[in-house]
Amino acid sequence: MTPDQIGFVTLLRKEVKRFWSVLGQTVTAPVVTTMLYLLVFAQAMKDRASVYEGVSYTEFLVPGLVMMAVIQNAFANTSSSLIQSKVMGNIVFLQMAPLGPLQWFGAYVLAALLRAALVALTMLAVTLPFVPLPVTSPLALVAVFVLTGASLAVMGLIAGILAEKFDHIAAFTNFFVTPLSFLSGVFYSVHALPPLWYHASHFNPFFYMIDGFRYGFFGHADVPIWQSLAWCAGFFGVASAICLRMLVTGYKLKK
Amino acid sequence: MQPAIEIAGVRKTYGPVTALRGIDFEIRQGEFFGLLGPNGAGKSTLISIIAGLVQMNAGRISVMGYDTVRQFRQARRQLGVVPQELVFDPFFTVRDMLRIQAGYYGCGREVWPWIDEMLDRLDLAGKSGSSMRALSGGMKRRVLIAQALVHRPQVVILDEPTAGVDVELRRTLWSFMTELHRAGTTVVLTTHYLEEAQELCERIAILDKGALQVIDTTRELLARHPFRFLRLRLPEGAQLPEALRPLVAAEQEGTLELKLESGRHPISAVFMALRDAGVDIDDVHTREPDLEDIFIELTGRSAAPAGASA
Ligand SMILES: Nc1ncnc2c1ncn2[C@@H]1O[C@H](COP(=O)(O)OP(=O)(O)OP(=O)(O)O)[C@@H](O)[C@H]1O
Ligand SMILES: [Mg+2]
Repeated sequence: MTPDQIGFVTLLRKEVKRFWSVLGQTVTAPVVTTMLYLLVFAQAMKDRASVYEGVSYTEFLVPGLVMMAVIQNAFANTSSSLIQSKVMGNIVFLQMAPLGPLQWFGAYVLAALLRAALVALTMLAVTLPFVPLPVTSPLALVAVFVLTGASLAVMGLIAGILAEKFDHIAAFTNFFVTPLSFLSGVFYSVHALPPLWYHASHFNPFFYMIDGFRYGFFGHADVPIWQSLAWCAGFFGVASAICLRMLVTGYKLKK
Repeated sequence: MQPAIEIAGVRKTYGPVTALRGIDFEIRQGEFFGLLGPNGAGKSTLISIIAGLVQMNAGRISVMGYDTVRQFRQARRQLGVVPQELVFDPFFTVRDMLRIQAGYYGCGREVWPWIDEMLDRLDLAGKSGSSMRALSGGMKRRVLIAQALVHRPQVVILDEPTAGVDVELRRTLWSFMTELHRAGTTVVLTTHYLEEAQELCERIAILDKGALQVIDTTRELLARHPFRFLRLRLPEGAQLPEALRPLVAAEQEGTLELKLESGRHPISAVFMALRDAGVDIDDVHTREPDLEDIFIELTGRSAAPAGASA
């Protein structure tokens, strides 16, 4: 390996080690939380008519919940890592190291993606015995997962760069990530919404992430898969461009 | 020969505060260099700019010939910096931290023996498995020093490595730095203990209010001011003759310190004036100027932070 590659792999391993050493908090806790949602909502809504032909409400719910966990955990991984380094001051070790913007970006995003994958796979494994899901389009499934996890990891990086204290990250999570992920059709099909909200949902990128993920399982969803993929890719592209620009110029990180 | 560090026209403002107002100087390869100045002079700002932590508003810096902005990778591989603040990552043990740090610089297992050697030399061997958060301040400082050296940089900058460090550790650090220097490493040191700088540094730059006041070899700096100090203890109640009054530089507990300019105020003239006035002398003592005197001369301030003494 070249020195640059060793640098990248080291940062990636360090980021993985951070969440790996507290798996209880970083994987088990989110899995338990979403399982509780599943239990409660599946129980409360079991008598409702199925959303799509031949897809029960519980089946409909699982992909949405998995995606919600992916969104929240990918965001949490990068944003909390960065803000901790900033608050503790140890970010200087990284800043003084011969690592470039692309290496920072790649290592942080990849580590977050790994955590998101771990959460998603654990949830699917746990629900599988009770809610067996078909996998109609594995390619779409993987593509939507990667784009979503990576997008939110990038958003987490941006939030970490902008934030000056933990409160700022909490505000970002509470007023942006959580509401948008709840209002994206995790618990319902947007077709069931009043017209205003139905149209508004189509401007929420998280809606396409969840809808596209559902398509991967059932082969149909609220909007066509190419549209979901386009939104996910577009969101990732825009967020990455902003984030890389910040890293290249040293925005907020360099005084 | 290529300078170890070349600083040209470096300016830095933080909002309304001007931290550096156009700094130019060079640090030569293999030199033990002292960067001195009172609090707020801009030393840490300059170091942070060299390290890539802070962006300069104007100017150019190179480390071993590599521009710190355009060729930041090469420049940083040549450089190890010990920051002034005691920063650490509480997630990792001492040894993990050092191995991670080595990895950032593209170093793998081949430096592990060097890491163990440093842990040994810095008296940290017993703490290698401890979490960073479980270390005392002095131990954290030593880990910071080891971290700056993991990739065996050619140029090492230490920002107040001996601040808040006990006497024994200070000696350990001195001998460690001297050893590095002897092995060919360029060492740049900032400190408020001027005896330390006088003892260790071959060349010294003094910054004040963001400007370079002086840069010279330690020997030249000490010779530059043609002063010597004469300490006199006079008997109880005796008065210094009026003519000698303007020469008094300090006075404490009955001991007077006169600052004499060679050529203008020969010591014999002082004794003559005392004899003419019929004043006896209890005790007499001369002192050569030290860096502290020169520092005060140049900056009008004492180097040691209030309460500190080396
Ligand atoms: N991040 C910052 N934001 C605003 N002003 C700053 C910042 N860092 C330093 N300064 C200002 O820049 C000037 C130089 O500070 P610097 O830390 O470089 O001094 P120093 O010579 O290292 O002092 P000390 O001996 O106390 O460490 C000071 O006036 C300081 O207040
Ligand atoms: Mg300083």
